[in-house]
Amino acid sequence: MIELSHIEKRFGDAVILKDISLSFPEGSVSALVGPSGGGKSTLLRCINLLEQPTAGSVRIGAESVDFAPGRKAPWQSIQKVRSQTGMVFQNFQLFPHRTAIENVMEGLLVVQKWSREKARARAMELLTKVGMEHKADAWPANLSGGQQQRVAIARALAPSPKVLLCDEPTSALDPELSAEVVDVLGTLAKEGTTMVMATHDLRLASQVANLVVFLEAGQVVEIGSAEQVFRNPVHERTRQFVSSINAAQTFSA
Amino acid sequence: MPHWLQLMIDSLPTLLWAGVKFTIPLTLLSFVLGLSLGLVTAVARLFGPWPVSAIARFYVWIIRGTPLLVQLFVIFYGLPSVGILLDAFTAALIGFTLNVGAYTSEIIRAAISSVPKGQWEAAYSTGMNWRQAMRRTILPQASRVSVPPLSNTFISLVKDTSLAAAITVPELFQSAQRIVATTYEPLILYIEAAIIYLALSSILSHLQSRLEFRFARYGGMLEANR
Ligand SMILES: Nc1ncnc2c1ncn2[C@@H]1O[C@H](COP(=O)(O)OP(=O)(O)OP(=O)(O)O)[C@@H](O)[C@H]1O
Ligand SMILES: [Mg+2]
Repeated sequence: MIELSHIEKRFGDAVILKDISLSFPEGSVSALVGPSGGGKSTLLRCINLLEQPTAGSVRIGAESVDFAPGRKAPWQSIQKVRSQTGMVFQNFQLFPHRTAIENVMEGLLVVQKWSREKARARAMELLTKVGMEHKADAWPANLSGGQQQRVAIARALAPSPKVLLCDEPTSALDPELSAEVVDVLGTLAKEGTTMVMATHDLRLASQVANLVVFLEAGQVVEIGSAEQVFRNPVHERTRQFVSSINAAQTFSA
Repeated sequence: MPHWLQLMIDSLPTLLWAGVKFTIPLTLLSFVLGLSLGLVTAVARLFGPWPVSAIARFYVWIIRGTPLLVQLFVIFYGLPSVGILLDAFTAALIGFTLNVGAYTSEIIRAAISSVPKGQWEAAYSTGMNWRQAMRRTILPQASRVSVPPLSNTFISLVKDTSLAAAITVPELFQSAQRIVATTYEPLILYIEAAIIYLALSSILSHLQSRLEFRFARYGGMLEANR
């Protein structure tokens, strides 16, 4: 269970997120959608504290941190909250100097201090789950984008995080490669993995997410089931946005 | 056998011994120490609070802005006037280490900055703290891009150790000078010394290519560059 309360984020004078309070129940899959620059990535990065909110509080499971202007949050609590999360990036960000399986093992070895054999077994299990066991010893540079992203998903899942955060996991991929990533995320969703993802990919949002949050100019405009937000949006602004992306992509629910 | 060849062969053991006893240890020690100093200086400049980063910048400014020979003279001939007496080898070691530290700090700083910000974020996201991210994720990638410029520094260093002759270190070049003083054959002896330096730098160049090849495997460069 993730709870964001009264999150505000400023960069200098610019207010990027305004008083956002959201909660994501365990096992839910949420999609953050909205126009470019609306604050989707920033909100996602405030959940694992790669970006620290200017004010508000973030709670994941039993761990929480409060932020207030002019006060530094203790790094131990930041580390504790962050360790409840796994993150998948738009451009994968695999460690290029480690093979696929070493990428997945890295956090287990360095952070969790697991033994090599145990970490390797766990990594192999995850690579199998994302259909990448045959490429376990490949270097990232020799994998396709879709394959890299699947390894990145396995890496993010390695320490069994409470939530998987994905920032546009398919937008660097062509439709065919993005399909393999959508499949993997769909399977994880069915298995009850809690996920929050920022995406422009309607296929991803409609196939995988059960909660959709429409974010614009740092504020939550509308929130509801995928069905409701995409088919019967309440707000005029959401309607415009949905029809504009519908025009660009074919809606497939 | 021609006279010049005989002379070269006769003097070879003396020159090689001077190389093994002074040139090579001086090079290796000051490179290893200098590289560590360079890493600390680079990290101080990139991540230190301003006084620390200012000290690092000042150090690099002084060393890069003054001639190495002058630095060696200050350390060996100058410091005794303030009560700091060093033997010639130690003085040379300090001088070369400070030099290598300043130049490599710039190389390492550029290499660390060249690693994309996303790699820090990926490391933090897997739960690493700053030190772990630096050691496991950033430095290995920075090492790869810094192999060619660091090799340059290393090769320059081998040759620069000949400057230690000027502060009485009996290294390779000084041994050649001594033999010249008794044989009056400067051309032959100095060419011989030059050949030995050339051989040493060639070995280092070869090691550099081996290292670059090792690093290339993860970049897909072996495949992509074909
Ligand atoms: N480090 C930063 N410094 C200053 N401004 C920033 C920073 N990061 C993001 N912003 C600003 O915050 C706003 C929200 O950015 P964000 O990346 O969260 O949007 P987004 O909804 O993810 O957009 P996109 O769909 O293009 O990915 C933008 O106006 C952006 O310029
Ligand atoms: Mg974004």
